[in-house]
Amino acid sequence: MAIRERLSGNEAVATAMKQINPDTVAAYPITPSTEVPQYFSNFVANGSVTTEFIPVESEHSAMSACIGAAAAGGRVMSATSSQGLALMFEMLYIASGMRLPLTLICGNRALSAPLNIHNDHSDSMGVRDSGFIQLYCENNQEAYDNTIMAVKIAERAKLPVMVCYDGFITSHSVENIMLMENDEVKKFVGEYTPSEYLLDEARNISMGPLALQKDYFKFKVELAQAMTKSKDIILDVAEEFYQITGRKYELYEKYRMDDAELGIIVLNSTAGTVKDTVDKLRNKGIKAGVIKPRVFRPLPYLELTNDLKNLNALAIMDKCDSVNGYSAPLFSEITSAMYTASLNVPTVNYIYGLGGCDVRESDIVEVYNNLEKIAKNKKIDKVTHYLGLQD
Amino acid sequence: MIEIRWHGRGGQGAKTASLLLADAAFNTGKYIQGFPEYGPERMGAPITAYNRISDTPIRIHSNIYEPDYVVVVDDSLLETVDVTKGLKKDGAILINTNKDINEIAKELKDYKGRIYTIDASKISRECLKANYPNTAMLSAIIKITGIMTKDELLKDMKESFKHKFARKPEVIEPNMEAITRAYDEVIGGK
Repeated sequence: MAIRERLSGNEAVATAMKQINPDTVAAYPITPSTEVPQYFSNFVANGSVTTEFIPVESEHSAMSACIGAAAAGGRVMSATSSQGLALMFEMLYIASGMRLPLTLICGNRALSAPLNIHNDHSDSMGVRDSGFIQLYCENNQEAYDNTIMAVKIAERAKLPVMVCYDGFITSHSVENIMLMENDEVKKFVGEYTPSEYLLDEARNISMGPLALQKDYFKFKVELAQAMTKSKDIILDVAEEFYQITGRKYELYEKYRMDDAELGIIVLNSTAGTVKDTVDKLRNKGIKAGVIKPRVFRPLPYLELTNDLKNLNALAIMDKCDSVNGYSAPLFSEITSAMYTASLNVPTVNYIYGLGGCDVRESDIVEVYNNLEKIAKNKKIDKVTHYLGLQD
Repeated sequence: MIEIRWHGRGGQGAKTASLLLADAAFNTGKYIQGFPEYGPERMGAPITAYNRISDTPIRIHSNIYEPDYVVVVDDSLLETVDVTKGLKKDGAILINTNKDINEIAKELKDYKGRIYTIDASKISRECLKANYPNTAMLSAIIKITGIMTKDELLKDMKESFKHKFARKPEVIEPNMEAITRAYDEVIGGK
């Protein structure tokens, strides 16, 4: 029986972690994800989990401790944001390179400088090539659900997974949520039995040793292949989750896309605001639709391009900037996929909400208005736009 | 959907009140959102918090610009914050003040909608022996919005306090008294 509750995003994720009861959690606090290890350390203190909680002195150490625990054969989780994730950068590659199935919660927050504690996606986008599977969440329910699924995906794919949700907007906002029973989660994630681990007395193995040119190349290709293959694992786990909860997850969510002429692609909480806007535009006869990627790593490039082919105009929205004099990551990668699929839909990039700038329905209407113009004129005046920038 | 914007000062419990309101509405079976707008939080600095209450799932994730109701926890904010900004014409504002409601109406200048006042600080000082106006404000806004009946509110809050103050049961009765008085003492609405 599902449990009707109301929780903040951080409470929801901490609850999922309690129900998962991992072997080890190592974390260092940073706004806005601080509450996750804070709530979790309470669970440890009052005995509702049996986890070894390691309070460390930095995020670099947090990820290092997670790597050690995962290499030893444990089920391992951590949480961070922004500068904390940036400080982990070096160790993220070690985790994926050693094919360790740990789960990292990321409460998305802008990167300094200037100092800002609010939400954008600069942090997780900055580590997009680190070999982590990345799951993005629209609301508290998705943050909870994806955290539970992440553990299983990681262990099957032998890849680390990052669960990303918007700092404050999701992490600190209280919303309705349906929780699973403790036993359901326990059964769903099951016992973790690693195929190889350092503390296996029967087998002497080493992890992450020196690999010279040709071996290193092979390792990296195998990592890339594992990422490609993880797509099916993600879908299988989603199907198992659906059987229990009735909540359906795919690689990305399509909303009113079947006959859509004008499309937006957008991650996380803004997708909800876009859905509301789409409904209002539909009432006026405008054929608007939206795609919300759940999985950014691996990039579902074949599936996505197939779903974009009937659009007359497309806006890809990024809550971060690549500062490359051109565009931002989601745009660059999806338009690249469109090019290789010989798909020519006029597409523009909207960079929005940096440092937590609020995104209003009127901002989204502005994007669709521009798409209408582009569809009518069949040409783009300007590729990259900054949305909602105030004087 | 009902949208509510709270104005308070850091340390007065406006954020807590918005979360308690979300709880109360949740307990009546509604879909809810309760979220503060985090700034450089300091004791006494102006803060804003928001509530959405709906019969259907809430998807929008922006701040509230055209609220149905505004709650002002500290009347000194009227001098510095445009509290009625975007407030719907058929909406209402609730202010914690010891001033006469006509005086408040003058301070709100061009605002022509409904005004409610309550001296929540006085109720708090008398019931709780301290200035924690948020529970009284919560009770008043529940009455104005009609989210719950008085009986439902008292029952719900008693349950909530029993849980919240499990280790300080002596504060439950004073809080219940503040809730009851606030429900009866809120005035205005014209």
